[in-house]
Amino acid sequence: MPNVMLRENDKGELTLYVPKKDLEDVISSVEFDTPDAWGGELTLTDGSSFIIDKLPGKPDLPITVRARRGAGA
Amino acid sequence: MAMSRDEVESLIQEVLEVYPEKAQKNRAKHLSPNDPSLEQSKKCITSNKKSLPGVMTIRGCAYAGSKGVVWGPIKDMIHISHGPVGCGQYSRAGRRNYYIGTTGVNTFVTMNFTSDFQEKDIVFGGDKKLAKLIDEIETLFPLNKGISIQSECPIGLIGDDIEAVAKKKTEEHGKTVVPVRCEGFRGVSQSLGHHIANDAVRDWVLGARDEDNSFAVSDYDVAIIGDYNIGGDAWSSRILLEEMGLRVVAQWSGDGSIAEMELTPKVKLNLVHCYRSMNYISRHMEEKYKIPWMEYNFFGPTKTIESLRKIAAQFDETIQQKCEEVIAKYKPEWEAVVAKFRPRLEGKRVMLYIGGLRPRHVIGAYEDLGMEVVGTGYEFGHNDDYDRTLKEMGDSTLLYDDVTGYEFEEFVKKVKPDLIGSGIKEKYIFQKMGVPFRQMHSWDYSGPYHGFDGFAIFARDMDMTLNNPCWKVLTAPWKKAAAEADVVAASA
Repeated sequence: MPNVMLRENDKGELTLYVPKKDLEDVISSVEFDTPDAWGGELTLTDGSSFIIDKLPGKPDLPITVRARRGAGA
Repeated sequence: MAMSRDEVESLIQEVLEVYPEKAQKNRAKHLSPNDPSLEQSKKCITSNKKSLPGVMTIRGCAYAGSKGVVWGPIKDMIHISHGPVGCGQYSRAGRRNYYIGTTGVNTFVTMNFTSDFQEKDIVFGGDKKLAKLIDEIETLFPLNKGISIQSECPIGLIGDDIEAVAKKKTEEHGKTVVPVRCEGFRGVSQSLGHHIANDAVRDWVLGARDEDNSFAVSDYDVAIIGDYNIGGDAWSSRILLEEMGLRVVAQWSGDGSIAEMELTPKVKLNLVHCYRSMNYISRHMEEKYKIPWMEYNFFGPTKTIESLRKIAAQFDETIQQKCEEVIAKYKPEWEAVVAKFRPRLEGKRVMLYIGGLRPRHVIGAYEDLGMEVVGTGYEFGHNDDYDRTLKEMGDSTLLYDDVTGYEFEEFVKKVKPDLIGSGIKEKYIFQKMGVPFRQMHSWDYSGPYHGFDGFAIFARDMDMTLNNPCWKVLTAPWKKAAAEADVVAASA
């Protein structure tokens, strides 16, 4: 259950940052992205994914959340 | 002459051959020809891994990263090297973090404060000694604005509770006392020390004025993050920002003070120069205080101008206009520098092996002088550093992570660069080999190198080193015997 930070980079892309490992990557898709639910499985551009709890709507970025490792992470 | 990808790969293979199989496999992951078409460095190079036992590495320790780099330059605090005397004494004042103030009265950067652990402190614990030391500091140096306790290895090993001492003394003296758990054995290099130091700043210093709105803010407040004022670097950066109409509230941490750090959460934008050592605190401030941060590069006119425009774009038109004025003002100055030195340096090839931000940031400055960087590497970089390096370097140039003494020597023998920029531990080997060398950690006792003023000094220094006639008359001591034997043979 690593802590991850979600933020937008200077190109406006959503990125995921793992502070413990100093890894930062662009998020290519978000499982739930509707006005009343946001989160679930976050897939990175390299194919690996992290799973976070569903949030009530898109959060105010940047934000640190707990995540579980999904496929390939 | 540029090397092709195959040549670079076979060079790496050749150099690796002397290692045992396991070591070969390990080191192969850290050496790679550059491929600028890649987006992510993890596809070609591995970094931030434990150094191989038995090889000569140039890395430092977590204590070096915290006390030496991040905390040390904060001038009005006293940084206690808590533990045996050596760590503090042998690293004292070596990094040339310039500052303004009277040393020993209101500033303390070049002094060494240590608890000088003896056997009895290891056996019975050093907390009492630490408490006594802090009281003595308060008596002898009452103008200090705070104290940081930089742990050396034994503190973590014997399990001293420095946090408790810090809390008690903060109450007693009414000053910030920061315990930093930067024991040298933590992590694989000084890089973790930077992280620990950033976390200590976050936990013990940064929030001090959260409830206090007495500081008059302006729309143009910025902080310089990750500039350690080596040889005056932060000053030659700061004047450019100020001429542009921005107000520099804080310098982290070269010539910085604890008051500046406490005020940083009030700024509008954090300007990050050394990403490696201070991205952690910038990310934290972005999340907690919603302060955006951006990286910039003040080495060489091309990159400086690019960065100035990028910074100005974050503000309104008055700043953007002033930014253009600043660029125009300095143009004749740096053009004269290029006109003078470029003909003397054109086409020369450079190999770098440094730490932090320089392996990628100084490339632009060399290119402005018509020089080419043919190899670069980080002592303690992570994946994200190499991500940023791929695009700066040419195709099939050599990348080496945590290079060993042996590998670096072999690469230099084969690539034959005209200049090497690396640290003090490499300096004398290469100088004895007759290769021009600049010590790029503390600018070889010169500097500043940042900004337009710094570029003039940078260009002069590179010319002075590279075109020095002494290199041609040098024979390496280990080649001397052979050379003399040849002379004897010829005369017989």
